[in-house]
Amino acid sequence: MQHYNMNLNLKVWRQKNSKTSGAFETFKVSNISSEMSFLEMFDVLNEQLVAEGKEPVAFDHDCREGICGMCSMHINGRAHGPWSKNTTCQLHMREYKDGDTIVVEPWRADAFPVIKDLVVDRSSFDRIIQAGGYISVNTGNAQDANALPIEKQQADDAFAAAACIGCGACVAACPNASAMLFVSAKVSHLALLPQGDPERKTRAFNMVNQMDAEGFGSCTNIGACEAECPKGISLENIARLNREYVGSMLSGSAVEGLQQ
Amino acid sequence: MSLTGIFLIVFLVVHCYVNAQIFYFDGGVRFLEAAHFMGTNLLIRTTEIGLFAFLILHMVQGLSLAFKNRSRRSQKYAVSAGSATSPWYSRSMALLGTLILLFLVLHLYKFWGPNRLNQLTTGEELNLYTAMKEEFQMAWVVAVYFLGCFSLAWHLVHGFYSAFQTLGFGNSRYKGMIKSVGIGFSIVVPIIFFMMPLAFFMHWL
Ligand code: HEM
Ligand code: SF4
Ligand code: FES
Repeated sequence: MQHYNMNLNLKVWRQKNSKTSGAFETFKVSNISSEMSFLEMFDVLNEQLVAEGKEPVAFDHDCREGICGMCSMHINGRAHGPWSKNTTCQLHMREYKDGDTIVVEPWRADAFPVIKDLVVDRSSFDRIIQAGGYISVNTGNAQDANALPIEKQQADDAFAAAACIGCGACVAACPNASAMLFVSAKVSHLALLPQGDPERKTRAFNMVNQMDAEGFGSCTNIGACEAECPKGISLENIARLNREYVGSMLSGSAVEGLQQ
Repeated sequence: MSLTGIFLIVFLVVHCYVNAQIFYFDGGVRFLEAAHFMGTNLLIRTTEIGLFAFLILHMVQGLSLAFKNRSRRSQKYAVSAGSATSPWYSRSMALLGTLILLFLVLHLYKFWGPNRLNQLTTGEELNLYTAMKEEFQMAWVVAVYFLGCFSLAWHLVHGFYSAFQTLGFGNSRYKGMIKSVGIGFSIVVPIIFFMMPLAFFMHWL
């Protein structure tokens, strides 16, 4: 494919902190290579702003190879931009052409308050994990991995669910700002393996409760999360979470735990 | 939500079956027999109370869920994905439900209300076949019925699948089947329903 350079107009959300209200600011960047990633294009913008003595745009990033889940931009109405199964750091500028205008917003959900500009606080995800996304193990030497036989399909499904990188694109994409896909991935990879059994009766109930307490919306099976998830987490996991949830409600121990 | 939705789906099947008796082209004889049974059988009349309770529960739950969910993103996106990531009807359940409700008000006012009132005052049922014949001469009534059936169809395309997904049946083995049965149901049932006003309006009956 032919390499090319382009000039772009950027409309970027600027916000001082979670207390103040933000607004869009327009920038021009020039000579952007089609071979750059979207984040590299933002690096160019920020160097330009620093050179002009202005405040650079704050945005989250870490690995820049699609595995950490930090890069959280909503680009022209799409979480992580228009490519499917893709993070912002993996989006490349060959998607755009000279003269394009690109609108960049932070993840928008009340449970993800804006810290600054495009950076949002996703610690609500951590608190959902703390509510039940863990297992009890004996300390000491690690057990031989082959000691517990696990059916192949089961292992594959658990692995696919464990691929969730906690990026929050599902929440950003969901019209209800629900975190159901994230929670279902975290419940699923434990529910499918024997190591997840000790907390099984309380896990789904406690995690869904925490999700509600954090102010996420409720799932109405719209499916925009699955369409935008960079790791291809399937809606089947939500069906499994629903089964696990009913199971942990009926068992009663989750409800007792709540009353204590 | 899913349980009341499925109950309403079951109700639709029964309602559709009974009313489709008009298509025996026997001047409504079989239909009136069935309607008489539905109107007087104690078990059916008791279930009818449950039907209203479930319908109201469904509306209250559905609408409050929709409003609650809408409030979870106080700052809206300037640009949103729209139909690029999800079909419009899955995002419009509250609107479609409200259109169904508007239709239901007219529908109950035209048939259910007068019939029950007559039963209370005279102990006799109305002849619903001739009532239909009269009412469905008015183009605006037929138009509202079209709107009702149209909204119901789209409400069901999402609702049928959604109810089973909520109950945990949405795994790879069942998902395709649930989706296809749901779409089939959402096409066939509303069409049969709409054929009724249409048939009277066009003087096929
Ligand atoms: C006979 C008529 C109706 C039938 C058969 C029906 C059926 C259904 C079904 C199966 C669902 C999916 C449940 C789920 O997601 O678990 C649903 C959802 C919904 N219904 Fe209805 N419904 C009817 C009438 C109404 C009316 C009159 C209203 C409101 C005025 C309404 C409002 C809603 C709303 C807001 C939802 C969305 C809930 C969600 O997204 O999960 N429905 N309906
Ligand atoms: S389910 Fe997908 S979109 Fe949601 S947090 Fe995990 S990886 Fe991100
Ligand atoms: S920066 Fe790590 S996934 Fe994009």
